[in-house]
Amino acid sequence: MDFFTFIKPKNELEGADTDVKQPYVPDEMWEKCPECGTLLLTTDVEENFQVCSKCNHHFRLNARQRINMTADKDSFVEMDAELVSSNIIDFPGYDEKLEKSKLKSKENESVICGTCKLDGIDAVIVSMNSEFMMGSMGTVTGDKITRAFEYATANGLPIIVFTVSGGARMQEGILSLMQMAKTSGAVKKHSDAGLLYITVLTDPTSGGVTASFAMEGDIILAEPKALIAFAGPRVIEQTIRQKLPRDFQTAEFVRSKGFVDKVVDRRDMKQTLVSLLRIHNYGEVE
Amino acid sequence: MSAYDKVIAARDTNKLTSVDYIKALFGESFIELHGDRNFADDKAVVGGVGMLNNIPVTVIGLEKGRNTKERMERNFGAAHPEGYRKALRLMKQAEKFHRPVLCFVDTSGAFCGIGAEERGQGHAIATNLMEMMALKTPVLSVFIGEGGSGGAIALAVADEVWMMENAVYSVISPEGCASILWKDSSKAAEAAECLKMTAKDLFELGVVERILREPAAGDQKMFESLKLLICRTFEKNLAVDPERLAQLRYNRFRKIGQVK
Repeated sequence: MDFFTFIKPKNELEGADTDVKQPYVPDEMWEKCPECGTLLLTTDVEENFQVCSKCNHHFRLNARQRINMTADKDSFVEMDAELVSSNIIDFPGYDEKLEKSKLKSKENESVICGTCKLDGIDAVIVSMNSEFMMGSMGTVTGDKITRAFEYATANGLPIIVFTVSGGARMQEGILSLMQMAKTSGAVKKHSDAGLLYITVLTDPTSGGVTASFAMEGDIILAEPKALIAFAGPRVIEQTIRQKLPRDFQTAEFVRSKGFVDKVVDRRDMKQTLVSLLRIHNYGEVE
Repeated sequence: MSAYDKVIAARDTNKLTSVDYIKALFGESFIELHGDRNFADDKAVVGGVGMLNNIPVTVIGLEKGRNTKERMERNFGAAHPEGYRKALRLMKQAEKFHRPVLCFVDTSGAFCGIGAEERGQGHAIATNLMEMMALKTPVLSVFIGEGGSGGAIALAVADEVWMMENAVYSVISPEGCASILWKDSSKAAEAAECLKMTAKDLFELGVVERILREPAAGDQKMFESLKLLICRTFEKNLAVDPERLAQLRYNRFRKIGQVK
């Protein structure tokens, strides 16, 4: 007890006493599972791939966390990191929104692309970022993804894309819609070259991203319970004036309708990707 | 005319629809072909084959319907996945016989509903974008009314995109944009301005190659000149090596809004 504590009024000292009786754990060390409400130690959550040990809820990841969980240590080399969006159609408030998103996410755009190794196998990896304008697809997002596909095609590499997106970025008007066609064209060229494209749909994947490269993979994986939609649930409820079933548009639901190959627990994701790469003859010893 | 006036004009229910254009351009030669061979025949999409002067053409249109009864039947031009799959089936058929494809776009958007989601609306649109980009035959899309987002671009991955002067094309409806961004759908007129969705705006952005004067019903002279224009474009593109044509189409989209 230091001098200043000593001269505090008695009631505050009592408060301090009761605190001392409990083990001291700062707030930032705890995380509450939004699904089951269990209090989890942040370090435990981290060790468990950001999955709740109680109910298996998959916490949202940012694009870097995703890459770190997937790529072999120190193997990721980023491409086109310097590309930044500008307010191409002078949309009111967009400049400020971009600035805020950059600050919040500490990234330049809603997607990170690059090359990496998975268990020693070379691949191109694309990871979208929910922390940057909810992963919305603007011109630069589309362009980075297109370049990643073109690079993979030119170098005979497989590509893995982790999607998370609210859809096309309306602040870029029609130019964001054009990204759907552009990315799809790049996917097609990669596909025609006989190369493997695996999509991993994560929570949430919707709108113009669902209606373009997200649904174009040779193999489409999804994380448990991820929302996968063309139109979001609120839009549908407004259109048809009906309540939607509880599991509607979850990864499991979309799988049951035939549009997802496999729902994969995050803790098994890397191994699943590696197995799929090997089955497609990538990573053969030269 | 303000941007929002254009939106209102594009939605005018007295406007000519795809069926009207097909009738005026193809006359008796048009033979409608139905169904996606998988689930159903979506009446929001009308498609078939016909002669444009002396060129056999596959024509596909998003159809809103011309009266209340038709509009109900055609779901107001909001297609389900089977509609986009029917369109793709007809396009692949056109590719097989090396016939050019003419698309008419007029839709508020792809339908948002339970069935549409269950049958893979996103997947259907995505597949069209991918396959149209590589289609080894000429493709021309003409916007005659509303061009609503993913539901419109699913028929607009073309060598050239043309627009009627009062047509619009946007990533989101101005009402939707205003309600999401400003929590106020009454600011739609403002949003329409910001979204740059008129034919003139889109021409300036390089999204559209040609703005057309809108033919009035029965103005056969106007339709004849439109027919001539379409035929010339098809003749030009039929002469291009199909692989190269697909590459040019890719380049077209690759350079729109190019990032430096």
